[in-house]
Amino acid sequence: MTSSTPLPDRIEPAKSRGGPARRLLPLLALPPVLAMLGGCNLVVMSPAGYVAEQQRNLVLAATGLMLLIIIPVIFFTLFFAWRYRATNEDAVYDPEWHHSTQLEVLIWTAPLMIIIALGALTWIGTHTLDPFRPLSKIDAKRDIPAGVEPLQVEAVAMDWKWLFLYPQYGIATVNELAAPVDRPIQFKITATDVMNTFYVPTLAGMVYAMPGMQTQLHAVINREGSYEGRSAHYSGAGFSNMFFKFNGVTDQAFDQWVAKTKAQGGELTQEAYLELEKPSESEPARFYKSYAKGLFDRIIGMCPRPEQMCVGEMVKIDARGGASGAEAQANYDRLQYDNRMADRGNEAPGATGPASGTGPHGQTQPQGMKPRPDMGNPDSRGQGESALPGQEKAPEVKAPDSQGQKEGGQIAPKQLNQ
Amino acid sequence: MFANLDLQQLILGRFTIEQIPYHEPILQATFAGVAVVGLAVLGVITYFRFWGPLWRDWVTSIDHKKIGIMYCIFALIMLLRGFADALLMRSQQAIAFGSEQGFLPPHHYDQIFTAHGMIMIFFVAMPFVTGMMNFAVPLQIGARDVAFPFLNNFSFWMTVAGGILVMVSLFVGEFSRATWLAYPPLSGAAMSPGVGVDYYIWALQIAGIGTLLSGINLIATIVKMRAPGMTMMKLPIFVWSSLCTNILIVAAFPILTAVLAMLSLDRYVGTHFFTNDLGGNAMLYFNLIWIWGHPEVYILILPAFGVFSEITSTFCGKRLFGYTSMVYALVVITILAYLVWLHHFFTMGSGADVNSFFGITTMIISIPTGAKIFNWMFTMYRGRIRFEVPMMWVVAFIVTFVIGGMTGVLLAVPPADFVLHNSLFLIAHFHNVIIGGVLFGMFAGVTFWFPKAFGFKLDEFWGKMALVFWVSGFYVAFMPLYVLGLMGVTRRMQHFDDPSLQIWFVIAACGAGLIALGIASQIVMFVVSIRNREKLRDLTGDPWGGRTLEWSTSSPPPDYNFAFTPVVHDSDAWWDMKNRGFARPMTGYKPIHMPKNTAAGAILAGLNFTFGLAMVWYVWWLAALSFVAIILVAILHTFNYNRDYYIPADTVSRTEGQRTRELEMA
Repeated sequence: MTSSTPLPDRIEPAKSRGGPARRLLPLLALPPVLAMLGGCNLVVMSPAGYVAEQQRNLVLAATGLMLLIIIPVIFFTLFFAWRYRATNEDAVYDPEWHHSTQLEVLIWTAPLMIIIALGALTWIGTHTLDPFRPLSKIDAKRDIPAGVEPLQVEAVAMDWKWLFLYPQYGIATVNELAAPVDRPIQFKITATDVMNTFYVPTLAGMVYAMPGMQTQLHAVINREGSYEGRSAHYSGAGFSNMFFKFNGVTDQAFDQWVAKTKAQGGELTQEAYLELEKPSESEPARFYKSYAKGLFDRIIGMCPRPEQMCVGEMVKIDARGGASGAEAQANYDRLQYDNRMADRGNEAPGATGPASGTGPHGQTQPQGMKPRPDMGNPDSRGQGESALPGQEKAPEVKAPDSQGQKEGGQIAPKQLNQ
Repeated sequence: MFANLDLQQLILGRFTIEQIPYHEPILQATFAGVAVVGLAVLGVITYFRFWGPLWRDWVTSIDHKKIGIMYCIFALIMLLRGFADALLMRSQQAIAFGSEQGFLPPHHYDQIFTAHGMIMIFFVAMPFVTGMMNFAVPLQIGARDVAFPFLNNFSFWMTVAGGILVMVSLFVGEFSRATWLAYPPLSGAAMSPGVGVDYYIWALQIAGIGTLLSGINLIATIVKMRAPGMTMMKLPIFVWSSLCTNILIVAAFPILTAVLAMLSLDRYVGTHFFTNDLGGNAMLYFNLIWIWGHPEVYILILPAFGVFSEITSTFCGKRLFGYTSMVYALVVITILAYLVWLHHFFTMGSGADVNSFFGITTMIISIPTGAKIFNWMFTMYRGRIRFEVPMMWVVAFIVTFVIGGMTGVLLAVPPADFVLHNSLFLIAHFHNVIIGGVLFGMFAGVTFWFPKAFGFKLDEFWGKMALVFWVSGFYVAFMPLYVLGLMGVTRRMQHFDDPSLQIWFVIAACGAGLIALGIASQIVMFVVSIRNREKLRDLTGDPWGGRTLEWSTSSPPPDYNFAFTPVVHDSDAWWDMKNRGFARPMTGYKPIHMPKNTAAGAILAGLNFTFGLAMVWYVWWLAALSFVAIILVAILHTFNYNRDYYIPADTVSRTEGQRTRELEMA
């Protein structure tokens, strides 16, 4: 450790034990990974919907374009590292060489060219695959047949389940969605209280579901089958079980499914909706032959309860110059929305501890969650209710285990397909 | 708000004894471990009578070198905490399939991933880069300290105060479950009652003040305190990257402060900036937090780029290729960093024009970044590369980082992002660039500058072991996540139903195990190196054949860094001086004007910690009291006129004489 500073003319040969082996490490990790890839379902890479398929193509095209530059970079980095190692006396050593206009031009223009190509691809792809844009084709070869109306679905992300309304058929479902193959679908998406993402990987990319707002997604399913849909944006304790089934079925099977839902489903009245809206996890699929009039608009307007004022109404009042005095106070009260706050008294929002009876500690059983196996959690020993007063009771969960979830739904399109 | 006042509530706010999670086995074990280690450390300090020196030489020190070292130590300690969270998550996801629920219920798991993300970014990566800049920048520009030495000490202790607040949440109350960026409405009072999000907010607000002040400090240092002759285009490239980073910090962190202030108003006072009621809108929060958040990514990576540039040219024994284009690349990245934030939420439904604009600006950033990678490559070309540990990190970095860069550009294509957003592909991507870029850079920097800071090199064998385990562990842990992302698997899942996914999570958990071995090797490396320090001793002050001014002084540098301010003629100043046969001046020493240590920074940070804790628990009297105390102490400190001293000429002469003897021995 006492060597003097190496100067250009007498560079010490450095030890490079283990250098090449270490450089190969990343490569060693690849073969087993590639071997395993054959055995798994890369749904994003082999989707069943035209939109997701175009998105897959874009992923592949972009990756290909970038590999044009990434592979040479990795290769030359490793090659230069090996070629110009200090122990290699044959290699040219030029300590003052630090500029080359040709190379500078190359290293700025090569990535630029790739980015221009990728940018063009992006501009076109982003516009053609804008989720708000109605489809013009049902797959790469076929235009939309004349006279086919898109299927309209209104999707609502709730804590922690999905509600789907079919305005053209007047039916509603929870955690199960069906659509005829090759018929464009127009989703209108919103959420009740926190943000979620509506995502059916096989069908199309995801779009946020946001309270008080409506997003859209246009898509089409091209292959029959039962697929998985979910929320991809973390939304609280029950998030991990926020799945739904997405069934691509034939036109006939879809009509049968609708008919059966109409014949056997329950009614999603306003009261039933308010009960459904309360947090709960692992909900089984449910089917409703009808739903309250204007339900989706009231959800977006953040006024599901009859006494509430819808946001649109307040906007109109504001546009007229606004209200004042007692009227303003009344409007203010009617605009209170977040329903988990509704039962609390006069206290600071977010207050916990002795004042509100809401536990500040994370071990408090979150509202609507099923009890987990005892893990030192005092609350899980009860009925899944908080030991503290003042909290809403967890709503009853009808099918408490996953077995029940599979068999408990009233009508499963799979059975209809047979 | 004050409906049911009682005495306990008045004194303790919302704290009750039930808030201490004594019934949670994982936390019991953690607490026991922390208590044992903590008591052992306190015992050792007491036994060896370190309290005095610790207070005099470190806690109250305004020496930029010591503060830089303390930042790095703090970052490494927090890395252990953040990594413990990572191990818990990886094990949970590896076992929680089907009927098996794993060992973490959702409300505990959700705290862990929130804490992991927040700690790793704010209390590992940030202090690491800040520490590195604090240590190296003044030395590289031939300065004796930073522009505002007291502020530097204050910044450090504010960062620590924030970190301690996060750690307290482990044992008192709970931490946030609302993800590391605390998106409302979930982080609002209605959906996240309790102290978790408040801990998050106050920890960030307090640490954020430290970060912002340190940014101002370093900008002033770089702009005003360069050695004579060091024009902007002769700055070492690490200093350039630090300058760009600190400009980003100063421009971005106030946005974070503002957005968190609005979130706390929502939570404490009942305003509706981001909640659902009365016209609040969470999309505003998404935009604001990412207008800070994306520059933050570059705040972390630019200093790492700087470290890699210094190391590459040093170990290739060669001038950095394309210095000018490196500088322009840095500046372009700095500017573009502000034009890309929306790519974090393409899926929110902005129109196609907006999405394409932000997608394409994001891709444009890859051009200067690519140019930098080419520059490192061509620095190696016709070099004479000595593969010491720091240089090995560079090669590992380039190979790993370009893969992460590629997946990043892929995610910048909006329609591709629609299928990959919020998936494990995204997780794999940002770990690929943050581990492969920032962490590798910081580890390389630690190995590179350690002999400068302590006067002896780090053990080479254990350094290589750390590298092998970290690099292989990274690939084993995160390549499966890319695959899982392509299988449509989402982030932040506590439990899975599909058993075919399990094998990938098991592999990823093995990768985390390899990384654990890497961290263990690093700990062994420090222990072994300290034990063998006499064998690893470097007396020259220039163990690597350095090129910049920090290598011209002794290791560790004297308090005053340079007895005479060096005069610079070249961007590789020390290389140039060595080539021209520079001779150290041996006489003519003058007294050196230095700033004096002060306890004000640590005291102020302690008061800020108290204020934050009181706000978290609604202990209003304590919050008011500590706030008043903060103001008073700050004002009182301005009346402290005893803030500088002179190192006498004969002390300088003695120190430099010692250095002369060491150089002769070397």
